[in-house]
Amino acid sequence: MLMFGWEFPPHISGGLGTASFGLTRGMTKIPGLQIRFVIPKTFGDEDPRKLELIGANNVSLSRRKINYEGFLREIEYIEVDSMLVPYTDPEEYERKVKEAKTGSTSFIQTSFRGRIDFSGGYGHNLFQEIANYAIVASVLGESSDFDIIHAHDWLTFPAGMAAKKKSGKPLVLHVHATDFDRSGGSVNPAVFDIEKKGMEAADAIIAVSNFTRNTIIEKYGIDPDKVVTIHNAVEPLGELEKKALRKSVNDRVVTFLGRVTLQKGPEFFIEAAYKVLQKMSNVRFVMAGSGELYERMVLRAASLRIADKFHFTGFLKGDEVHRMFSISDVYVMPSVSEPFGISPLEAMQSNVPVIISHQSGVSEVLQYALKIDFWDVDAMADAIYGLLNYSALSDMFKHFGKVEVDNMKWENSAQKVNEVYKRMLT
Amino acid sequence: MRNICLYFQIHQPFRFRRYRFFDIGNEHYYYDDYLNESIMQKVADKCYIPANRILLDLIKKYKDRFKVTFSISGIALDQFELYAPEVIDSFRELAGTGQVEFLAETYAHSLVSLKDKEEFFSQVRQHQEKIQTLFGYKPVVFRNTELIYSDDIGALVADMGFKGVLTEGAKHVLGWKSPNYLYANPINPKLKVLLKNFKLSDDIAFRFSNHGWSEYPLTTEKFVKWLNKIPKNDETVNLFMDYETFGEHHWKETGILEFLKHLPETVFSKSKFSFSTPAQLMEDLQPVSLVNVPNPISWADEERDLTAWLGNPLQEQAFNKLYDLLGNIRSVDNRELKRDFTYLQQSDHFYYMCTKFFSDGDVHSYFNPFDTPYEAFINYMNILSDFEIRLNAELSAKSDDEAVRLSKIIAEKDQLIKKYEKQLGEERVSRSAGLHKMSGEEISNKPAAPKKPARSKVTKISGANAATAKSKTAKTKKSESVKKPVVKKENSRGKK
Repeated sequence: MLMFGWEFPPHISGGLGTASFGLTRGMTKIPGLQIRFVIPKTFGDEDPRKLELIGANNVSLSRRKINYEGFLREIEYIEVDSMLVPYTDPEEYERKVKEAKTGSTSFIQTSFRGRIDFSGGYGHNLFQEIANYAIVASVLGESSDFDIIHAHDWLTFPAGMAAKKKSGKPLVLHVHATDFDRSGGSVNPAVFDIEKKGMEAADAIIAVSNFTRNTIIEKYGIDPDKVVTIHNAVEPLGELEKKALRKSVNDRVVTFLGRVTLQKGPEFFIEAAYKVLQKMSNVRFVMAGSGELYERMVLRAASLRIADKFHFTGFLKGDEVHRMFSISDVYVMPSVSEPFGISPLEAMQSNVPVIISHQSGVSEVLQYALKIDFWDVDAMADAIYGLLNYSALSDMFKHFGKVEVDNMKWENSAQKVNEVYKRMLT
Repeated sequence: MRNICLYFQIHQPFRFRRYRFFDIGNEHYYYDDYLNESIMQKVADKCYIPANRILLDLIKKYKDRFKVTFSISGIALDQFELYAPEVIDSFRELAGTGQVEFLAETYAHSLVSLKDKEEFFSQVRQHQEKIQTLFGYKPVVFRNTELIYSDDIGALVADMGFKGVLTEGAKHVLGWKSPNYLYANPINPKLKVLLKNFKLSDDIAFRFSNHGWSEYPLTTEKFVKWLNKIPKNDETVNLFMDYETFGEHHWKETGILEFLKHLPETVFSKSKFSFSTPAQLMEDLQPVSLVNVPNPISWADEERDLTAWLGNPLQEQAFNKLYDLLGNIRSVDNRELKRDFTYLQQSDHFYYMCTKFFSDGDVHSYFNPFDTPYEAFINYMNILSDFEIRLNAELSAKSDDEAVRLSKIIAEKDQLIKKYEKQLGEERVSRSAGLHKMSGEEISNKPAAPKKPARSKVTKISGANAATAKSKTAKTKKSESVKKPVVKKENSRGKK
């Protein structure tokens, strides 16, 4: 099986990497299934365990003729049009933009021995990279021996399509998010186009939630029979992470953790915090993450005069995330549009009760969580207050929520993916 | 003679509005008037009015051969009065036929029988009085909220003077026994126990319109055939169900109202059954044995236990917090607080918090204003928090009033004491001056006119010669009247 991803731990900028990693790990437990995971760039410190990890920049291109010019031209055209960065971690984004300003390159550069260089992250010359990736894929499609192609999200769709075209093997697309989620409705036509083409070409599509499945069917006009929902799961906590579970603050802590972007609904969290702070003083709110709305959120908190109780941490990584959970009493995910949303599951693993929006895929699978509409600030505030003040509720969530989330294993999701493969091959 | 006992339960809760935490301490109105009124009117139109009409016609047609029994919660009656008074009239008309029995229950449709005897008694009495006022009927048989019953609850019911009680014919309680007989309570065997035949009751109440049911459609002929299959010696078939079965749980279009209309006719023509009421059965039949119910049962869900209301930590915390207020609520007499406390006790609030049916929650979602049990819990706890604030405010206002009143009394008594002490002093002075005789009248007049300045002494003393005979009694009176205020003062301080 040939799998195209965009990132792999430890170089992860978002849920997509976590999910494709978890799933791939889960699939390694299925006997007889061999995975070849392709990502744009291997840094050398990834942990491939049982799978064969191919960095696209380690594939030699020189011996192949590239006949994907038609596709590439289209993409090149788009690139001129758009400097929008679809899905990126903000630090990376800033660095990239600076690079662009200083006039660094955005053409295909074949280094000596004919290798194409990839940045290995989400950059502003993303479309170029996608195209390059597709070229590599067509090479792999010809040379590797595999039965099925599995591509994660639109970034890898062209690669998946290229490999399919070369090899004639069935293509499974895994949709973790669509551009409707990322953009809050105003889709980038170029991205939409890639997504739609990919979905139409695919033999089967896996959506991470019914929420996403509906988007695929309704917004992209895809045949419902082709689209299956397979919910995500969560990696069990490591021993180190378990040790981090202790609380050191006196005030109660309510946490938002995620990119501070339109999609995640940070402004609703601030408004809810304001309402709660009118009634309670022994509570603090934390917004962990960074993103394009960051400054606006800081300003908003200040203008509501709650800055003394509302804290911003910036982007948190790895261990810091778990430390954040370990001091949290409530976790809120007010996403406007969330195909799945693994982070509430991670919070629950750390015994933190969660509030999630109805507009998230994860709300389809969780029982022990409070669910609200992202725009319903009153309901959100009420839920926060309820969890902080009525111990029976938070105790119940801590106890049963942990059990619930511990039963959500990647092995189960992987098993379902394997069933999709089997259907493709028979 | 074999009997059918038809008993219909009527209850509609006062549903709470969406009550957010920021309302706590600010908004003290808890009810969703629009929702309550519209549901009440809808159910009245679809069920109560048309079904009452059918029953009335049946009674008129069959005279004393057809009888029915109702239990109507106090809260449902309150809502009839508010939103659908015509329903009350229609029940009055039924009551007027003399063929209808009314049962007693807890006014608030509450679970208080599990918690507090005194409050239980007072709610049942309140309900009895309401039924008597509205329908001129004094209930002699009791049915508890959701048919909740245990040996201990039965004993309490007997203590209140009831002849008998109705409950579920739960399999795990009956074992091989049949629900089709009269039983007695083991603690107080004077109390008769009638058990619901849940198979035949639920055939009508739950399965009537279920197309997936192998016996669908249910006709009166089929039902009477089943009645006839019951062993010859069985004495009574107790069909207990929600009245909303007729027209609301099953809509008119399913034929349920026709079923009700034609059931007596088929029973009379095709069987030897006749209709009876619980009070009558308890007169006519002899209990066949005791029925032991050590743990409370109910008529809810497969389990027939209490887990629908008190099965998870949310329900328990809410329930306990509510009844923690019982002591305080007894020491206030604010009508609004008492009313809200009654409505806070409705079992429905706890039912909405049930987490048993995450997957097949449809039974619990009937008229449930909440999407999830958690919302129901948070909403309830918010309201309870506000209620507690009001209750405490009332209590402290009361004790403030009390304090003011007491300190006033103390101040008055202090003045009196001072005055008497002064008089005493003067008396001593006058005694030592050789004036030993005082007028009794003068002394006894003094407390009545305490503000009179002591300067008048000259006039008083000048009239002192008048009645020498009474001086002894006057002296004792005087010493008493000096002591008394001191005692009172100590008492009142102690109270404070």
